[in-house]
Amino acid sequence: MGILSSSIARKVAMALSGFFLVFFLGQHFVINLTSVIAPDTFNSWSHFMGTNGLVQGLLQPVLIFGVVFHFVMGIALEIKNTKARKIKYTLYKGSANASWASRNMIVSGLVILAFLGLHFYDFWIPEMIHKYIETNPEDPTRYLAETVHKFESPVRVGIYIVAFVLLCLHLWHGFSSSFQSVGLNNVYTKALHVFTKVYAVAIPLGFVFIALYHHFNQLDH
Amino acid sequence: MNLTLKIWRQKDAKSKGKMVSYEVTEISDDMSFLEMMDVLNEQLINKNGDPVAFDHDCREGICGMCSMFINGEAHGPGRGVTTCQLHMRMFKDGDTITIEPFRAKAFPIIKDLVVNRMAFDRIQQSGGYISVNTSGNTQDANAIPISKQAADTAMDAATCIGCGACVATCKNSSAMLFVGAKVSQYALLPQGQVEAGERVLNMVEQMDKEGFGNCTNTGACEIECPKGISLENIARLNREYLKASV
Amino acid sequence: MSILDSKTPKGPLAGKWTKYKNEINLVNPSNKRNIDVIVVGTGLAGGSAAATLAELGYNVKAYCYQDSPRRAHSIAAQGGINAAKNYQGDGDSTYRLFYDTVKGGDYRSREANVYRLAEVSTNIIDQCVAQGVPFARDYGGLLDNRSFGGVLVSRTFYAKGQTGQQLLLGAYSAMNRQIARGKIEMFSRHEMLDVVKVNGKARGIITRNLVTGEIERHSAHAVVIATGGYGNVYYLSTNAMGSNATAAWKIHKKGAFFANPCYTQIHPTCIPRSGDYQSKLTLMSESLRNDGRIWVPKNIEDVKGIQEGTLKPTELSEENRDYFLERRYPAFGNLVPRDVASRAAKERCDAGYGVNATGEAVYLDFKSAMERYGKEQAKIHHIENASEEKIIELGAAIVKEKYGNLFQMYEKIVDQDPYKTPMMIYPATHYTMGGVWVDYNLMTTVEGLYCIGEANFSDHGANRLGASALMQGLADGYFVLPYTIGDYLSNDIQTGKISTDTPEFEISEKEVKEKINFFVNNEGTHSVDYYHKKLGLIMWNKVGMARNKEGLIEAMAEIKALREDFWQNVKVTGGNDQMNPELEKAGRVADFLELGELFAKDALDREESCGGHFREESVEVDGEQKGEAKRKDEEYAYVSAWEYKGEPGDAILHKEELEFNDIELKQRSYK
Repeated sequence: MGILSSSIARKVAMALSGFFLVFFLGQHFVINLTSVIAPDTFNSWSHFMGTNGLVQGLLQPVLIFGVVFHFVMGIALEIKNTKARKIKYTLYKGSANASWASRNMIVSGLVILAFLGLHFYDFWIPEMIHKYIETNPEDPTRYLAETVHKFESPVRVGIYIVAFVLLCLHLWHGFSSSFQSVGLNNVYTKALHVFTKVYAVAIPLGFVFIALYHHFNQLDH
Repeated sequence: MNLTLKIWRQKDAKSKGKMVSYEVTEISDDMSFLEMMDVLNEQLINKNGDPVAFDHDCREGICGMCSMFINGEAHGPGRGVTTCQLHMRMFKDGDTITIEPFRAKAFPIIKDLVVNRMAFDRIQQSGGYISVNTSGNTQDANAIPISKQAADTAMDAATCIGCGACVATCKNSSAMLFVGAKVSQYALLPQGQVEAGERVLNMVEQMDKEGFGNCTNTGACEIECPKGISLENIARLNREYLKASV
Repeated sequence: MSILDSKTPKGPLAGKWTKYKNEINLVNPSNKRNIDVIVVGTGLAGGSAAATLAELGYNVKAYCYQDSPRRAHSIAAQGGINAAKNYQGDGDSTYRLFYDTVKGGDYRSREANVYRLAEVSTNIIDQCVAQGVPFARDYGGLLDNRSFGGVLVSRTFYAKGQTGQQLLLGAYSAMNRQIARGKIEMFSRHEMLDVVKVNGKARGIITRNLVTGEIERHSAHAVVIATGGYGNVYYLSTNAMGSNATAAWKIHKKGAFFANPCYTQIHPTCIPRSGDYQSKLTLMSESLRNDGRIWVPKNIEDVKGIQEGTLKPTELSEENRDYFLERRYPAFGNLVPRDVASRAAKERCDAGYGVNATGEAVYLDFKSAMERYGKEQAKIHHIENASEEKIIELGAAIVKEKYGNLFQMYEKIVDQDPYKTPMMIYPATHYTMGGVWVDYNLMTTVEGLYCIGEANFSDHGANRLGASALMQGLADGYFVLPYTIGDYLSNDIQTGKISTDTPEFEISEKEVKEKINFFVNNEGTHSVDYYHKKLGLIMWNKVGMARNKEGLIEAMAEIKALREDFWQNVKVTGGNDQMNPELEKAGRVADFLELGELFAKDALDREESCGGHFREESVEVDGEQKGEAKRKDEEYAYVSAWEYKGEPGDAILHKEELEFNDIELKQRSYK
């Protein structure tokens, strides 16, 4: 993997792709939030994101690459790390010195991956079919109804909540850890650390709130 | 007190090992953990058994020779102590204590609880030094003032005793706390800055070659480190590495 | 008996070393490549020597029994390292450091060696700073110093409480650089079991690979022994568990004279033994005596109560306490030198006044210091009529600032809070000034065989000053041996590789193997530790802090008998072709059992009290100094160098007369 053959380079790559995804998550949240507070804005922004050439042609592939890279690298590192200890301890008290979130990034990560699969199946694939295969005519008002409708099923909302709880745990460790990975950790970064923790809780909680809001406020069919 | 010990026994590097149970009696609260092991060994010798091999030397927490993974933690349940400084008053009568060697691919087992930590030596040989020859007239020690803060921070990093608890305790068997401490000590001092870039690249390359895992910032190493080496040293390692790479 | 030649250069003291360096033979760089040097031991002396010799271009082979050179016991030194830098401008100089060292050693060291040590001491600090040793600094960024061991100047450099570790890591890093360059071949987990002489010259060693059990031959043009002291002859000491005298003793048996074995330093502030299982003793920095007051109860009934746990030391009123150091030495009080403080504590405990269950402990009390500091703080913070608790609280904060880490260490080991109840301390063996005899070149009486660091006898006389051990180890390794060994090796440029395929190597290897086979096949009844503990007890009781003729004669006989019993009944489990710690210990204890007897013999011969050697027969009988150590310069101003003759008891004494031209001999007084 050339430049990515060193452990620290991989660590930094995980951190940078993580930052990118954290940023994406933030903007995704802001757009979703408009579905609750300003439905028209939601429609127009969604329409912009779904039809703008730059977004669709450049940012979307970059995002997909970022997601895939983060997962592939995460899994590759997990395999390497497992190999670094061939015989396991019969008794290993991980909870004595590290948080559950930090020790189980692969678990939370894989759950998020599974959820992403569902999310793609729910939104992205139908979108792609709608736009590029069926080549339906543009309709800048359809987004809100489609979105709200997806949250009708309590099972789906349940899955959604579980996934976001794990995302919260993933971010709880991952976001602040990314700063450590790129070398930012000293007495001056305490505030940064607090910010990452607030972000890690607030954003997933916000997504959950939006899901529940739509679940309990279904539009007429 | 009386205790049950479950200890990893392995004849040599090639043999397969297994956990074996032993009973020890009349253990005093004031004994150190290693003195308790001495009692066990004396008992085994009297029964013509093979005593348990374990590394130890100074028995005052500074040489870094003693290891042991006790009840799921490197150097046992105490904080800021090596196994030789762990006292039996941390345990209760009737306890079962699980004792395993430090486990990592890069620390192969030699016998029982003794592991080979020469990977650490090789990492340091790859660059953990300042290239200065011995002569009677190196420049005066006070020629370059060093701020107290830099000197103290370098000293904090330098307190590492190279015991390997960070590797043993890390779920990924990563050696970054150790390497971070060594890189930091030199990077913080003007004498070490001349070769800083080359040093960090070489040391990390050697660390990777040795088969240590990758750091995922769980922070377990910092908690289990008998000398309290801070995670900031890993951040500094990353920083130095980035600086040297770009 | 013969008179030994120290080969000290002629001329005025201050110019000897420079003159010597100007006149020795050097080895051409292209010839150094063809010369091998073996260095056994990788502490401060061995590590620094190995690195420097390799830098010069020699091919070095280095050996240590630990898993890495970084673990040698030099690492445990806490206090600091002396150097005559005079950075504090308080009147220090090479001469003053020389003077303090000779005086501290009770005038039993070789002037020229000590002067050289003081002279190169400044280079050590320069070298270590260049290597990245993080010495403590002041706010201006310059090096900080402290005063140590009762001397009048601040010349001690330190790195937190870890000076030994930091200096060793410096030497180790210099070694690593040479290992990477291929100039040092490092053999860790190897133990030297014999030296090989060819035509009277040291030409190699026999080692055991402690992992595989393999017996190996290694050859070189010169052999350097840097294996530390023999304090573990007492079983309990502050030395590491593996610290041993085997290398030094093996070379003694091959012709190297052993000098002044009776000079041993007992350190007064160690944590007392808590039971028979005790495996080692932990030292606490001597600085504690700056503020702690040492006492035992005045009345034996109170002692009983304390020993049985019915009485607490804090319940005893001032008039029922005996501050015995302050009583006996009003001028110096609790700050008398190590040997004086140690003997006084032993005297009280022998009289039955020991304050723990084993009867071997005295109190070190910080209550007065806390009160004193507390009152000061109350004044500073304008607290009127502060309650006693408040004063103690304020004082405790200051004590914590000064000694916090030591108090914490004490509490971890003893499980008592020294802020609330007095600490218990007792003396323990700490350092051995005696060792292999060497001349000015640091060469032993065997040609091509050198001995450096604590393993040799040279610089500390009968007693070592605080913070001087690190200085001597590094001086020998960095700045002395690399010159002196070159002078010798300049004759070896045409010798070529030394073959290990010679009868001399074969015989040595055979002897080593026979001994190992004996141990693993001797189906004895007692473990090695059983004998080691017994030896330790004899040494402590009869060759310990205070010695007398009768006891020493008994000790010699008892050690001999114990040795014979050992060779009959020792039990070593496990095989010889694998890692076997019991086998390692057996070989070491076998050597201690011989060394201990020579130790007692040397103590018996020296019918004077000097430094770490105290003969009960040799005390001042009247006057102000009544009862204190009496040195006899007329009869004993010599180095005792013992030649091995088959049995330790048959060793022959050779004397090196000590001349003092630049210093006036004075009696120590602390009254």
